[in-house]
Amino acid sequence: MPKPFDKLTATAAPIMRSNIDTDVIIRIERLVGNGIRGTLGKWAFGSLRYLPDGSENPDFILNREPYREAEILVTGPNFGCGSSREGAVWSLQERGIRAIIGSGFGDIFFANCFQNGILPVIVDKAVVDQLAADIEATQGAGKVSIDLETQTIVSPSGARHSFEIDPRRREGLLKGLDEVALTLQRDDEIHAFQASDRTARPWIHSTRTPASRTSA
Amino acid sequence: MPGRSLLEKIWDQHVIARLSEDTDLLHIDRHLLHDLGGSRGLLDLKSRGLKVHNPELTFATPDHALSTAPGRAGTSKIGMELLAALRAETAASGITLFDVDQPGQGIVHVIGPELGLSLPGATIVCGDSHTCTHGGLGALAFGIGSSELTHVLATQALIQKRPKTLRARFEGKLPLGVTAKDMILALIGHIGAAGGTGYAVEYAGSAIRELPIEGRLTICNLSIELGAKIGMVAPDETTFEFLRGRPYAPQGEMWDLAVKAWRELPSDPDAVFDREVVIDVEKIIPQVTWGTSPEHVVGVDGVIPDPKSVDDPARRAAIETALEYMGLQGGAPIAGTPVDWVFIGSCTNSRLSDLRAAAEVARGRKVAAGVRAWVVPGSENVKREAVAEGLDKIFIDAGFEWREPGCSMCLAANGEVVAPGQRSVSTSNRNFVGRQGPRARTHLASPASAAASAIAGAIADVRMMGR
Ligand code: SF4
Repeated sequence: MPKPFDKLTATAAPIMRSNIDTDVIIRIERLVGNGIRGTLGKWAFGSLRYLPDGSENPDFILNREPYREAEILVTGPNFGCGSSREGAVWSLQERGIRAIIGSGFGDIFFANCFQNGILPVIVDKAVVDQLAADIEATQGAGKVSIDLETQTIVSPSGARHSFEIDPRRREGLLKGLDEVALTLQRDDEIHAFQASDRTARPWIHSTRTPASRTSA
Repeated sequence: MPGRSLLEKIWDQHVIARLSEDTDLLHIDRHLLHDLGGSRGLLDLKSRGLKVHNPELTFATPDHALSTAPGRAGTSKIGMELLAALRAETAASGITLFDVDQPGQGIVHVIGPELGLSLPGATIVCGDSHTCTHGGLGALAFGIGSSELTHVLATQALIQKRPKTLRARFEGKLPLGVTAKDMILALIGHIGAAGGTGYAVEYAGSAIRELPIEGRLTICNLSIELGAKIGMVAPDETTFEFLRGRPYAPQGEMWDLAVKAWRELPSDPDAVFDREVVIDVEKIIPQVTWGTSPEHVVGVDGVIPDPKSVDDPARRAAIETALEYMGLQGGAPIAGTPVDWVFIGSCTNSRLSDLRAAAEVARGRKVAAGVRAWVVPGSENVKREAVAEGLDKIFIDAGFEWREPGCSMCLAANGEVVAPGQRSVSTSNRNFVGRQGPRARTHLASPASAAASAIAGAIADVRMMGR
């Protein structure tokens, strides 16, 4: 069940490169296995954060003070594109990230954020660029505030920006709702749909085929 | 009221409940599980005290974590554990598993269409972003994350927001040596890696109608590299011919009933799309990527972009970063760049027609000295058919390694990696930083181009190979 999110004031780190894919957020070999939760925080952005010899890359923003403590990321276009791996969100969450502000996100990554209580905020690129500039002007000392209730962001410069969010998503985050439990409350409707669909599209539902027929 | 698109027709048919103006609870017709996330989802469900809602609509196969070395030697301990867990949990839930060495095993996006599990008009999900591949048969198919995977196991339904629609029309006749892979890479180069974000893409036009199903699957496979989690092609006679007689396709009277319904699916002539793009395929030449995003793509006779000639500072910096990672010089021709590896495989290009196209180039030739070249069939059935045709022999004679079916070097989760700093021409779908191994450099291309590059020892224009 996701943790509720209402408001947050925190250090924000701009990572402005375009098209940061989920392979870059977390490498696949960190995700192989069923007992990985809780081990991922230190591997978030691994290929950017560490040098080939395993030491920290001092140039990478999350290795620098005060960005090390960032709970908000301000990101370039198309952040989280690529693989559907929810481990990308888990690794950010375990790293302490609670919100991401960008001009656009990979569709599946975007959905995965909500499932884990991370708020992805979409605003115009000009707003993202301004936020990043405001943060850098304070060398990261200036905090960014996000209020989901009022749908506003406050930049370190004091500038306020409003943002749009799907009302269902918003409510889900504010209350930390469990979608599986909610959908199961509609199980009668699911069964009713399947019963009538079995008549309309029987070929979808009769799938039991002898194993001998599996060679194509 | 305007007509409806393919997407809208399938969507509407699957609405269990309308949750808001633009969000619905959709029925899921097919749920495919693989070894990386399948057992995790089933265990998650168990820990919540829940059961699989419809095991008969759920299918599983190992592909990602399995070594593709002969005899599966080299599968890691953790890969073996995932396989054991997938076997145990699917058996406990009554889910059909296509296991190692059995017909039906393979890359999840290769086996769905091959077995007739993926059908026109069906909703198909899998915890993998390349689920969009199945849209090549006229299905509404998309990748989901782990939480959504658990949701589908528990409810056979998913909460989804209705996407915008984009129609990409490919018009004209494909030139010789140009393939479905080149068509979709050209589109990504044209509208960018985020050009399809938020959209369901319908591929249409005369060049799509002419494409066999395997080519349509390749095109839809790269939808996610366009930013779109859904890609689809309207079903037609080609689709029905492909599916007829497949193990899980409907039979007899049920087949007739299904085809009748499928004929209703194509977009109405007056359907409205939120965006439309037209590509003249006669202008497309074989494509190859030069950078670390699939939008970093040029024609094989082109030059690598020179950051010095780019005014926008953000774009210039992005090109510089990509070129540094790739070890390339801006302004140089892409053809002739020496390569260390060639990888022919993945859910993009590992079907029989892909292997035939590569074998056609490889036949009677030799892989260049110093190049390692792998051919990894997409499924056990593809492997058996290829062997029956003697394709394995053509590859082996030419110096390629012939492997067992699986994801292999596409994602490097199975110990199969390109070494740091080495360069690979790959028929897969992602040239991301580190995708094929830490600091590995990937150039995406078609199977024919990849085979030509293996022979030349450098990125090569297959049209110059004289076949
Ligand atoms: S072949 Fe590659 S892209 Fe396709 S499912 Fe496997 S890992 Fe994913």
